[in-house]
Amino acid sequence: MAEQKQRVSLRRISKCYDDSIALTETDLDIAAGEYVVLLGPSGSGKTTLLSILGGFVAPTTGKVAIDGGDVTDLPPAKRPTATVFQDYALFPHMSVAANVAFGLAMRRMGKVERLRKAEAMLDLVGLKGFGGRGVHQLSGGQRQRVALARAIAVDPAVLLLDEPLGALDLALRRQMQEELVRLQRRLHATFVHVTHDQEEAMSIADRVVVMNHGRIEDMGPPARVYLKPASLFAARFMGENNLFEGKAIGRVNGQTAIDTAVGRLLADQNAASGEALHVGIRPEQLRFAPELGAQSLGEARIEEFSFQGTHFRVRCRLKDHEILARVPAETPPHVGETLPLFVRFEDLVLLQQ
Amino acid sequence: MKAAPRRLDWGDGAALLYMALALLFIFLPVGSLILFAFQDGMAPVPPFKGPTLAWFDKVLHNRRLIEALWNSVLVGGLSSLVATFLGFLAAFSLARRSWRFAEGAQLFLMAPITVSYLIIGMGLQIAFNLLGVDRSLLAVGIGHVVINLPLCFAIIYSQLGEHQANIERAARDLGAKEWQVVGLITAPMLWPTLLAAYFIAFTLSWDEFVIAFLLSRFDVTLPVVIWGLLRSGLSPELNAAGTLVFAISIAIVAAVEFLLWRGRKAAVHG
Repeated sequence: MAEQKQRVSLRRISKCYDDSIALTETDLDIAAGEYVVLLGPSGSGKTTLLSILGGFVAPTTGKVAIDGGDVTDLPPAKRPTATVFQDYALFPHMSVAANVAFGLAMRRMGKVERLRKAEAMLDLVGLKGFGGRGVHQLSGGQRQRVALARAIAVDPAVLLLDEPLGALDLALRRQMQEELVRLQRRLHATFVHVTHDQEEAMSIADRVVVMNHGRIEDMGPPARVYLKPASLFAARFMGENNLFEGKAIGRVNGQTAIDTAVGRLLADQNAASGEALHVGIRPEQLRFAPELGAQSLGEARIEEFSFQGTHFRVRCRLKDHEILARVPAETPPHVGETLPLFVRFEDLVLLQQ
Repeated sequence: MKAAPRRLDWGDGAALLYMALALLFIFLPVGSLILFAFQDGMAPVPPFKGPTLAWFDKVLHNRRLIEALWNSVLVGGLSSLVATFLGFLAAFSLARRSWRFAEGAQLFLMAPITVSYLIIGMGLQIAFNLLGVDRSLLAVGIGHVVINLPLCFAIIYSQLGEHQANIERAARDLGAKEWQVVGLITAPMLWPTLLAAYFIAFTLSWDEFVIAFLLSRFDVTLPVVIWGLLRSGLSPELNAAGTLVFAISIAIVAAVEFLLWRGRKAAVHG
């Protein structure tokens, strides 16, 4: 990918309220045309960060710059951002077209021209011909699209989406995720999207920013954050994981040896000798036969399983510790049977405490 | 889900009887007032003879009554407008600005609701005396603003929730200035509520006697004239006047209910 222009730069941004810290000092850069997802549980600071970017919340410290210009003290109206709100916040007394054209009217665009542009925006979000309808005549998914059209109509340098799909049912949410990505590619726009849904984050983001307790825990492409999380929190929050406490005891043949509750394990990843850490093993990384580059974890007893379509999700007990595995759908497990478990050296993730 | 239909038993019979008696208790006075407005005779007492529209004809040709009716419309119309406008401004500012004394201010704004009209009327009389304001329709109108402002404030404040605040935020985000937010978004979005507040204030002003009596002198409102006529004895003409006043109140209340119902419907879908 070519070196891209920097669009947003957040420098040492923090937000304190009377008795709590919503965001500790944070730096974040966003490139033009990037789809960034802020992911975290409620209270993680992700919405605070988005609100600071949109100008709805003033940061306690730090600077916000968009396209090189300092916007820290500018109100939302004067920023080149537009927000899609969680509850859509459509104007209930206006038609769909008037909603979409509102930002253009505020920019003193002529009526004919702005209605033409509103129609084009509605076309873009798949609502061609809906301009004359009232907001209350629309379904939830259609309202979501109107909110989107209204925000992109003003050609924002950055589009901010605050849990935009939270109110939609699962099927519609999956469909809208695809459409958001398609729209973002088509407009070459910069999207910053807040969600607590890690599947949503993984499926749409160019870059996931995992947040917790007002700080960024990890950020990077979804696959990297999922497979090689940088923190214990990121490893727990993104998908299912088996985590075992352990202690690095030294290097053996270029590998790190770790003593854990389930025995001594070898990992490709580096760790300082004597360091206390967690070992992470994804359920889908557990194998059931010996292979080159893999080590044995021992035999686990199957305690419970459920069918998930593509696989069985199996809960087993390994040396008195619970461990989750994924067994292929064609080999149904049986409760009480033993399952030999193997894991590759390169799949082990070592997480600092 | 609908409950399965069930056979009526003695308890239901007793409940229905009780309800009928309660409704009779509530509506008998109004019912007899209206019935004897159509009395073909000089006294609005049983037995009922009639019906006739003669008394309505007389009321509509009674200059004092008609003049008072227009005075009432004037006082109610303008005082409710002022009360709604001031109530809206107060509600908007208290709902939208986090302000240290907001709760105290709200308490003070609402407090007049708990004070009797008699006390408010006397207080206003004293205050107007000090200020050199004569007893007049203007004084009555100001009195009605005093009693209706808290109500208008409460009605409008209740409709300025977080969802509405977010809608205003969206308008600001899209470039609207503060006056544009209020003028293009908040007020139009709230119009059913504003109209409801206006009409409720109007009905209260329309029916209000104590303050109107204490603060008026030559030009008086309808309730004051009716009270004056009552002193010279019962007449079906008074029944006819009362029936008209009642009919107008009912029409306005029905309009308010309709507007609130539409507003709720829009809110559910909005």
